Amino acid sequence: MTARIGVVTFPGSLDDRDTQRAIRVAGAEPVALWHKDKSLKQVDAVVLCGGFSYGDYLRAGAIARFSPVMDTVIEQAKAGLPVLGICNGFQILTEAHLLPGGMLGNDHLHFICRDQKLRVENADTAWTTDYTAGQEIHIPLKNMDGRYVADRYTLDELEAEGRVAFRYLDFNPNGSLNDIAGITNEAGNVVGLMPHPEHAVESLIGTGRTDGLPFFTSILKKLVNA
Amino acid sequence: MSRTPLDTVEHAAATPDVELPWAELGLKKDEYERIVEILGRRPTGAELAMYSVMWSEHCSYKSSKVHLRQFGEKAPESDALLVGIGENAGVVDVGQGYAVTFKVESHNHPSYVEPYQGAATGVGGIVRDIIAMGARPVAVVDPLRFGAADHPDTKRVLPGVVAGIGGYGNCLGLPNIGGEVVFDACYQGNPLVNAGAIGVMRHEDIHLAKASGAGNKVILYGARTGGDGIGGASILASETFDDAKPSKRPAVQVGDPFQEKLLIECTLEAFREKLVVGIQDLGAAGLSCATSELASNGSGGMRVTLDDVPLRDSTLSPEEILMSESQERMCAVVEPGKVDRFLEICDKWDVIATVIGEVTDGDRLEIYWHGGKIVDVDPRTVAHDGPVYERPYARPEWQDALQADDANKLPRPRSSEELKDQVLKLVGSPNQASKQWITQQYDHFVQGNTVLAMPEDSGMIRIDEASGLGVAIATDGNGRYAKLDPYTGAQLALAEAYRNVATTGAKPLAVSDCLNFGSPEDPAVMWQFAEAVRGLADACQQLGTPVTGGNVSLYNQTGETAIHPTPVVAVLGVIDDVARRTPAAFQEEGQLLYLLGDTREEFGGSAWSQVVHDHLGGLPPQVDLERERLLGEILIAASRDGMIDSAHDLSDGGLIQAVVESALLGEKGARLVVPDGLDAFTFLFSESAGRAIVAVPRSEEVRFNDMCGARGLPAARIGVVDGDTVEVQGEFALTLRELREVHERTIPALLA
Repeated sequence: MTARIGVVTFPGSLDDRDTQRAIRVAGAEPVALWHKDKSLKQVDAVVLCGGFSYGDYLRAGAIARFSPVMDTVIEQAKAGLPVLGICNGFQILTEAHLLPGGMLGNDHLHFICRDQKLRVENADTAWTTDYTAGQEIHIPLKNMDGRYVADRYTLDELEAEGRVAFRYLDFNPNGSLNDIAGITNEAGNVVGLMPHPEHAVESLIGTGRTDGLPFFTSILKKLVNA
Repeated sequence: MSRTPLDTVEHAAATPDVELPWAELGLKKDEYERIVEILGRRPTGAELAMYSVMWSEHCSYKSSKVHLRQFGEKAPESDALLVGIGENAGVVDVGQGYAVTFKVESHNHPSYVEPYQGAATGVGGIVRDIIAMGARPVAVVDPLRFGAADHPDTKRVLPGVVAGIGGYGNCLGLPNIGGEVVFDACYQGNPLVNAGAIGVMRHEDIHLAKASGAGNKVILYGARTGGDGIGGASILASETFDDAKPSKRPAVQVGDPFQEKLLIECTLEAFREKLVVGIQDLGAAGLSCATSELASNGSGGMRVTLDDVPLRDSTLSPEEILMSESQERMCAVVEPGKVDRFLEICDKWDVIATVIGEVTDGDRLEIYWHGGKIVDVDPRTVAHDGPVYERPYARPEWQDALQADDANKLPRPRSSEELKDQVLKLVGSPNQASKQWITQQYDHFVQGNTVLAMPEDSGMIRIDEASGLGVAIATDGNGRYAKLDPYTGAQLALAEAYRNVATTGAKPLAVSDCLNFGSPEDPAVMWQFAEAVRGLADACQQLGTPVTGGNVSLYNQTGETAIHPTPVVAVLGVIDDVARRTPAAFQEEGQLLYLLGDTREEFGGSAWSQVVHDHLGGLPPQVDLERERLLGEILIAASRDGMIDSAHDLSDGGLIQAVVESALLGEKGARLVVPDGLDAFTFLFSESAGRAIVAVPRSEEVRFNDMCGARGLPAARIGVVDGDTVEVQGEFALTLRELREVHERTIPALLA
């Protein structure tokens, strides 16, 4: 038996098919979910993928967060459904208040696409158990609005509770506070990050590294062993 | 207050003496008279609008047509060509049932006026051409040329263009995998913003732009029609910039990539369900183009009710609606029984779709507005029977003096120290420097199939996950070479793109081109154009790579000064298994470096002559297309059989530029020895064509040498991958750290 992992397509989602492929490469079964459809088709976990939902013309993720599918995602995430938000998906998770803080435009005002070095800070979330804490990895990053911000109290809390899941190393590509690349909720089932693990699952493609695959194997193991 | 009556066909026939603004719409007097002759009466305002945009240089190719015919007449026999010139884009068979469509187009003039939107909508337009063929777009490339890197206006134009390409392409989810960035003062007031795209489909999914079957419905879908871009093609792209005229900003269209992304998805879904008989995108000349082309390529006529076109601005006149170049619109011909399903799919994607007309069994294109017939034409006269000019052309009298000003006689470095300084100057010059600051503003990774992207020799995309089948694309064009000799320059552009594709291990299959030139009304420019087309057509014939389509951009000049003739050539290649691709980066220390091909004293138009002497003169490098073919075959065979681990083509900047790039990419140095019969300067800086460097694992050396020997390709061992310096024995050594610093700081320092 394998796990069924849903990937939501919003209008303007771009990495939905890539994410489905990454799920397949990890050995799980990808399930396409549609933004107008409240049903999550009984999936075991959900990925909100990258892209520019609704063109990001208002504020990244601000409109997608009100899609019918998100009502169910929010409800079930609170009940423990594993949810991963990548890039635009991370932005949607903050807009939906499943994760604290928010994202502003990159401090240099340009889109940036690069192979980004990260440190795994929390290897205990639903999506990171196949990493080890402190592990250094390279994952492609590509975004316009990737600067993570939160108020001082929230930052202190995230740091104190070990909820900063990933941190940029060597180079902060967007001006994120505390070099934050990704965070988790208290329960560890909801994780959001700006870099794109789904673009680092095959040795031939992209940067040629497979440092992103453990995201998908972590969740698979958790679900299958559950 | 009295209102002017609607200018219907009837009204036009009854009022032959009404003066129409044909000159303001860009038509010449004899062109207007020809329209009157075709119609047998004066045109209505709406008809005039249609003819004026469709007969513009941009849409009708009236100055270039007589020359472009050579691409058809000299087309080589090719089993790969499924759809040739004349459709939205050419289609090539790449095997395993897959077809690939690709094309390069220009968006030069709008990008100078409004860099962000000009470049953005250039991407949008080429992508719609690809969708219109039935294909899913899988990658884009952007060959760009700007004025001097340190000119203040370049800092206005380039960042805007780059942000526009990124802003649009990134939002569509298309990886940007190649292209070029070239600086030259000749492009100061006329930057060249060319955009290319590739799409993939199954053979049976190819769609064409034609309206057939009386009773079939014509559906306009996508964005609402607004007042943007009116006259874009006829005025902007078909006239020389002139300081005296008012700003042309309103003629530039505004893009909405989100809308285009929805358009891609809903179009592909409609294709999957086989709902579409014919399809055409709305680009230059908007509805005028889409309706007249669909109707003239089909079997019947077409009737359109313009009142049904969804508008962004309800005050638009019918003429404006016909001429509007609002972006993100497409036109589909659908059988009546399938209309509901088509509209349902559009609704699913929140795309507005409206039936605006139907195919008729006549042969006229009829357009109605407020109940009156405002257009009644034979669509062929609009779409295909535009004027054809035999523009006078003559070899400019300065050409001889330019060629006599021999770059080979320029002072050369007299010491090792000077040689080293010139190497540093070269690799840090704007044209040779790293373009990472630019390319990192483009998404290379989306869709998860990118095998190679710039700065590799060609971009490469996997198209079948199971078999590893892939396609490669490279674009090249050296305006300096073409200025010295347009015939040879165009052939060198093809040779380089062909070589770049082969260098990565792919087999070159077909060509698309974007021919950027000055004013066709200048006989010297027309000569450059005629020579370049002749050169390219001859070379395509010899290399067996047919031209599948492309674009001509004329009037790239300000006042009397034309740009360098700049034919940009895109070559598409196929590779059976992308796992066999050859990257440019040095892979492993100890591997042997071989120089393939012949190195001659060829410095005309070279990067060295530009960077060190600010000189342009002499003759460009010789072209030997048979040698290019042989070199290509060797590179492909060596990749397939695992004989080489990296390869890099030699072009502008010569061998040293290529070695430095491969070393920096692989973070491994090289020790080089000047081969017998060459001096260090020629070895490092010559730009002889038909050459590449390859890194050969020691275990493969004998096999590789035997292959080159048997096939008669000169292969000289010139060194080894080693250490953290690039060393030319007996001359100098430069650390990778120093080279990287010099190579990477230039562009951000000038433009960030």
